[in-house]
Amino acid sequence: MTAVERREIALVDLLDRLLAGGVVVTGDITLRIADVDLVRIDLNALISSVGEQVPSPWGEPA
Amino acid sequence: MTGLRYVYAICRPFRSALQRQLTGVAGSPPKQLTHHGLIAVVSTVPETDFAEEPLRAHLEDMEWLTTTARAHQQVIDALTVVTTPLPLRLATVFRDDSGVRTMIEAREDDFRRVLDRLEGRVEWGVKVYAEPESAQAAGPEEGAEGAEGGRTGGAAVSGRDYLRQRRMRTRAREDVWQKATAFSGRLHETLSAFAEDSRLHAPQSAALSGASGQNILNAAYLVPRAESEEFVELVDREKDDAPGIRVELTGPWAAYSFTGEFAEEPEVEP
Repeated sequence: MTAVERREIALVDLLDRLLAGGVVVTGDITLRIADVDLVRIDLNALISSVGEQVPSPWGEPA
Repeated sequence: MTGLRYVYAICRPFRSALQRQLTGVAGSPPKQLTHHGLIAVVSTVPETDFAEEPLRAHLEDMEWLTTTARAHQQVIDALTVVTTPLPLRLATVFRDDSGVRTMIEAREDDFRRVLDRLEGRVEWGVKVYAEPESAQAAGPEEGAEGAEGGRTGGAAVSGRDYLRQRRMRTRAREDVWQKATAFSGRLHETLSAFAEDSRLHAPQSAALSGASGQNILNAAYLVPRAESEEFVELVDREKDDAPGIRVELTGPWAAYSFTGEFAEEPEVEP
């Protein structure tokens, strides 16, 4: 069962769940969840602007 | 000092204690707030970071988002050991405990229903990648990807050979992509039949994940904890050893992707 080896969780896998999953309740501090999609787009933009020579910040534990 | 309440999850009362050294998103330990027979797992966070304005700014900050997401996950993970938590979306914040109580009252029926539904279940993530490069590396062709034509070292290659190689490479890539897509469809069908529920997440961008290859399938499966081993074995068995197709399994996760039944959450769109 090599597949269950526990590795550092990839940030993207985490964000798939934390930004797109989980129960949405209206908190007192309300961020429209649509904003979160914006974040992802911004992340994409961020990454492509950073360029490939810069190691990705979330490959390793922060 | 003024503190806000960050809510991680809603749970049924559980007996075991959380790890003592567990810390939440802003470094303070999570505590349980019991109301109407449900538990909200909360921690105090500073208003300077979690009020709407700073929060909005922070969510654009990769480093902050990373730290916060990991801290959130750590609490959920700890909860998963002792109970079946119903995880809330990242950065769900209330002014004080009474705000949290009001929220519980407003949603308690929903919470109970989904908690019942998820009880004893976990989520597994399965991703399939197409990796044309690795398929080629197995062949006689020079496998150097990246800057096309950037490699002129070694024996000189005629223009015709170069074009031929490039064509072959393109064909190999399409071939792998097609195989991986067909494989993903079959795998998803098999795993969905085993699992109680499934969700498709949008394929991950390679730029964001840093993973090699192209992500074709990014799915989540809801599986009873007791059947997890069997599920993992099933994934292992179904794995295609064909060059150029890679399967990745993650989990077990709290059932993040299966809380949407009652939320106004749209289905994930690519």
